[in-house]
Amino acid sequence: MEIIPARSIVPGEVADPSRREILKAGLAAGGALLLGFHVPLGEGRATQSHTSTHEFAPNAFIRIDRQGQITLIMPQVEMGQGVYTSVPMILAEELDAAFDQVALEAAPPNDALYGNPVFHIQVTGNSNSIRAFWIPLRKAGAGARVMLVEAAAQMWGVDPAGCRTNNSEVFHEASGRRLPYAALVDRAAKLTPPQDAPLKSVADFKLIGKPLKRLDTPDKAKGTALYGIDMLPEGVKFATLAACPVFGGRVGHVDDRVAKIIPGVRQIVVLDDLVAVVGDHTWAAKQGLDALNITWSEGPNARVTQADVWNQIRAASQREGVVAKTLGDAEKGLAQGDRMDADYELPFLAHAPMEPMNCTVHVRPDACEVWVGSQVVSRAQAIAAKVTGLPLEKVIVHNQLIGGGFGRRLEVDGVEKSARIAKEVDSPVKVVWSREEDVQHDLYRPVYHDRMTATLSSGRIVGWRHRIAGSAVIARWLPPAFQHGIDIDAVDSAVDMPYDIPNLRVEYVRDEPPAVPTGFWRGVGPNNNVFAIESFMDELAKKAGRDPIEFRRSMLDKTPRLKAALELVAGKAGWGRPLPPRNGRGVAVQPSFGSYIATVAEVEVDRSGEVSVRRIVTAVDTGIVVNPDTVVAQLQGGLIFGLTAAFYGEVTIDRGRIQQSNFHDYRMLRIDEVPAIEVHIIQSGEAPGGIGETGVTASLPAVRNAIFAATGIPLRRMPIDRDVLAERKSV
Amino acid sequence: MTRLQINGEVRNADVPADMPLLWVLRDVLGLTGTKFGCGIGQCGACTVHLGGKPARSCLLPVGLIGEREVTTIEGVGATLAGAKVQKAWLGVEVIQCGYCQSGQIMSAAALLAGTPNPDDSDIDAAMAGNLCRCGTYLRIRDAIKRAAASR
Amino acid sequence: MKGLSQRGAVARYVVIAIAVIVVVAVIGVLWIVLGPGPMDFAGGKTVALAGYHGPDPTGVPPALVQASVVERGEYLSHAADCQSCHTVQDGVPFAGGRAFVLPIGTLYSTNITPDKQTGIGAYSDADFLRAVHRGIRRDGARLYPGMPYDAYTYMTDADALAIKAYLFSLAPVSASAPSNTLVFPFNQRWLLSAWFLLFSPDRRFEPNTGHSPQWNRGAYLAEALGHCGECHTPRNLFEALNNRRKFAGEVQSGWRAYNVTTDSGSGIGGWTDDELTRYIWAGHADGRGTASGPMGEAVDLSLAHLAPDDVAAIVTYERTVPAIATPDLPAVKATPAPASHKQGVPEAFEPRGKQIFEGACVSCHDWTGVSPLTSWATLIGARAVNDPTATNVAQIVIAGTVRLTPHGPVFMPAFGAAYSDLEIATVANYVIARFGSKPSAISAEKVAKLRKQGAE
Ligand code: FES
Ligand code: FES
Repeated sequence: MEIIPARSIVPGEVADPSRREILKAGLAAGGALLLGFHVPLGEGRATQSHTSTHEFAPNAFIRIDRQGQITLIMPQVEMGQGVYTSVPMILAEELDAAFDQVALEAAPPNDALYGNPVFHIQVTGNSNSIRAFWIPLRKAGAGARVMLVEAAAQMWGVDPAGCRTNNSEVFHEASGRRLPYAALVDRAAKLTPPQDAPLKSVADFKLIGKPLKRLDTPDKAKGTALYGIDMLPEGVKFATLAACPVFGGRVGHVDDRVAKIIPGVRQIVVLDDLVAVVGDHTWAAKQGLDALNITWSEGPNARVTQADVWNQIRAASQREGVVAKTLGDAEKGLAQGDRMDADYELPFLAHAPMEPMNCTVHVRPDACEVWVGSQVVSRAQAIAAKVTGLPLEKVIVHNQLIGGGFGRRLEVDGVEKSARIAKEVDSPVKVVWSREEDVQHDLYRPVYHDRMTATLSSGRIVGWRHRIAGSAVIARWLPPAFQHGIDIDAVDSAVDMPYDIPNLRVEYVRDEPPAVPTGFWRGVGPNNNVFAIESFMDELAKKAGRDPIEFRRSMLDKTPRLKAALELVAGKAGWGRPLPPRNGRGVAVQPSFGSYIATVAEVEVDRSGEVSVRRIVTAVDTGIVVNPDTVVAQLQGGLIFGLTAAFYGEVTIDRGRIQQSNFHDYRMLRIDEVPAIEVHIIQSGEAPGGIGETGVTASLPAVRNAIFAATGIPLRRMPIDRDVLAERKSV
Repeated sequence: MTRLQINGEVRNADVPADMPLLWVLRDVLGLTGTKFGCGIGQCGACTVHLGGKPARSCLLPVGLIGEREVTTIEGVGATLAGAKVQKAWLGVEVIQCGYCQSGQIMSAAALLAGTPNPDDSDIDAAMAGNLCRCGTYLRIRDAIKRAAASR
Repeated sequence: MKGLSQRGAVARYVVIAIAVIVVVAVIGVLWIVLGPGPMDFAGGKTVALAGYHGPDPTGVPPALVQASVVERGEYLSHAADCQSCHTVQDGVPFAGGRAFVLPIGTLYSTNITPDKQTGIGAYSDADFLRAVHRGIRRDGARLYPGMPYDAYTYMTDADALAIKAYLFSLAPVSASAPSNTLVFPFNQRWLLSAWFLLFSPDRRFEPNTGHSPQWNRGAYLAEALGHCGECHTPRNLFEALNNRRKFAGEVQSGWRAYNVTTDSGSGIGGWTDDELTRYIWAGHADGRGTASGPMGEAVDLSLAHLAPDDVAAIVTYERTVPAIATPDLPAVKATPAPASHKQGVPEAFEPRGKQIFEGACVSCHDWTGVSPLTSWATLIGARAVNDPTATNVAQIVIAGTVRLTPHGPVFMPAFGAAYSDLEIATVANYVIARFGSKPSAISAEKVAKLRKQGAE
């Protein structure tokens, strides 16, 4: 028996290939073929109102103009994951377009037109850009190609079946005639788009699977790429802010006598919960802010300490949770064999993207402009509209490149604060968070406490209970998806556990930490669950007296893609080859974000407890790979992101305030600490999986298990506590 | 009025002498390629060259620059080492979000200008002050080696 | 029989031995107790202030003589550095509560704003003088000598009362300091009376006719107000200043206050007047490093506020303090380290320290130790990197520093929270090996202790 809670909207679910996107076409005023499609979503049948044959919706996915330039109106944002290249590759493939003629335009905010087919709002997150647009974009490309062929065939008076396409041209085989797409757009625009144009077979892919150079990087190497923080609209002023250091606190009294006389300080904006200083440049603003004497009215959270947070979640995890999944009879399973219990914990984490939070806003009486790099551009627009009281269409959002998202820019608190400040300023104002403010006013990766229980009989797991306690980010961020008391993100990778265990129960206890706001963080729920499951697996393997890889492998028959990845990585990593003392290898596997990944880390732990990661080898089956170089880069980056968390990642609260502030006390891995990383991609014909977050979730358990192998010490929390690993300090 | 020589041009800025160069570049002169990451010398995003040597502009008061030539990411391509590094960066496809990369490229160009054939320890010594949250470190190392090998 | 007489002989010897020990101990104690006063090294003849014919060495500089008593008091309170001890970090000035972690427990400074209940609002002039000169609270209890009344006792009544007038001009703040947590017997305040009798002379400043007026002004500033010796002079068994080793250096609050005698190798004998003046006034002199920790604070809150002539007077005075060498402090290395990371320190020496240095430190301090940003961050020539105990290098890594300079604030972040004891030890050793004249070998355990002592 299997109970899976009703999940009407499931982030991470692969777009359903059979879903009917309706393809529409038209001619743009300037003379260009426009193609759009949308997924009927009930509410969101939006293109209709804009559509007419000649004045086609100005918002569309694809535009092919008379010069042959193919523009993809790109709903997904580029934050380093390479979607500005890989997503247009999908379109160009089916369209048989010359890739150098493909350009991108950032989509304006409009959920109905540009909503992510999985989330139904305009969002870039959950490693799903490729997964979500894989089918829709291919259909659009294929449809456009059919129309262009049809147009050419009409002009030549031949049978379209005798035509083929390549490199943005239509060829007629028999006569050897050819026409570029540029010459066909006017005629093609008059045709009815086919709804079921055949898609290419994998074997025919010319672009997909090639390591293409990224389109966004040349400008980044020259320093000319523009991020949100680089906006300088005419007349812009510069601001920086201090929000109450205690969450939920308010401004009490502000003494601005000194700040006001600092040269370049223009205005001091005092709002309910924050104070901002506006100046001729950021330096004036910062000095002004430093010179303010602010008394805060801190409120009840001023007493909250980290011990309260842990006490609360540990107590919560004693309660039985909502059942998120059950298989067989967990109670019975847990009553047999040798029982083992272990609790695992993860701390709060800040995102700390290299580009600190920022937003530039110009509020005028009748309109508002926002310049920002956001993972949720329509939400950015909506919040600015709400703050200013303007109708949505009066709020123009210019979305920019993102200097690191990691989930931080799935939130619009920064836009909201900036718009409130900008309302008080009569010029455009760029609000830039200091790094300290950025670290201390984040929405943090929640603390988690996982109670694991399992029973072993003849070396096999016969009973399993996984109780997850943690914040329900989904309940705040996407309320419709929070159903039956289960946060689908918090249980992700726990309910779809890859191992074949006959009796199993996964429970979820919602526990909102006191004072500290929580949000999505790269790797989201699987970060926690993969860490707990894979750590526990190693402890169980040891108890069963079995090799960690062999133990896992014996339970993966029903998940062959993961089993293949595990076998590959074992070989590549030289699993079983002898290592010097205090060195160890650890493995972790995960079927997260639609990808199957197995990772082996090799570490050395010195006598003082210092851990050095020597090497990480990972094998991945992520389905069809669009741009293999991007997949490798994302895995390398994700693994390193995870290593930072494993080594240094911990945010703590004391007296209601976050204690970390900048990179000197919230450390990041540096180049001289990074191990060699090998990525092995498994050829696959399956639909593409997500990749941006998978490395993060892999690092922690793999390194933790390697430390376990090297020292015999089973770490149950992250980050790594070097004192625990020290071989005994000298007295 | 502070007189600065930036990327081979003379630029004047009416700013207080204690203002860090970073904000003069970004907010006053519109050279936004140099990035703000931490403001405390711990991330390297703001790295420029001062008389050819790498310097963190977030901690460098303009009043102390004097006659020293400033080179930023916008101008480093005009130097031999800078051009090599930028090319290798694209060749190896180092860049992800790219926000740290101006600083990375500046540090790498300064390294190559002084140490044409760096080994791994030279790369560590020159690059460990530059953080990359996207984790592009392995490719940075490769790209520096490739740039060193290129002519 | 024989046994008995033997026993008698033994008893006799024991008595003699005890007597010798007692006598030696008494002489020892007397030697300590009767140690010189802070200005006795100067020789010459002292006269009562009233009988002194030169310009008045006490009070405020000439420019302020006509100022109101509150303004004069403000200047003097800076000179006496009241604020630094009586203020918690980021707290209201003078509201007290700052912790002083001593081996015998923790002392907290008191609120000296004019709040009637929790501050000194109810103090009469006589009460105030009694506290400043003799360390007696309004309620008659003894103050711990953390309050430097053995120095302030030299202050004139007029100057002390000007300070009082200044303090009373401030807004009263209601704030009670936490109770001290001293261990027995140090929690017995009555014992302090004995201490006071032995070590606090209860006498006002007397000019020395054997020295210049400038010297006398310097002496008054350095001793009665600035209390330099509280940190820089070693202490005796009873925690009183041992002026036989005046200014020879001591560890205070986990930081090492260096030798500031005229010894040329380990003291300031080799410094030019200009360097000394700059260091006292600004906490930095090119080639001599930058003050941080308690000295940085003393500069920012006290010395930087002094008039130029007053600083010059302190220099004149300090130049006469007899040289005493500190054997463990080598002469300072003045040449930059090699520009290449590969040179200067053997590769096998503290590799983890080098790794931390290249990540967190090089961008400001450079491989050479000469900062590309500001001479304030230059390590070459600084005493701290030429101290083989590594005390102050470890402390500044732990606690960081913020200094105000003519070209804006300069700071170093506090790395203590995120770096382990071992990491701090190893980076301190690397720094000293690279930039100093003699290597150090500070351990993680020592760093752990320093953290506690420096924590306030
Ligand atoms: S912004 Fe200058 S080092 Fe980080
Ligand atoms: S590329 Fe994103 S921070 Fe380095």
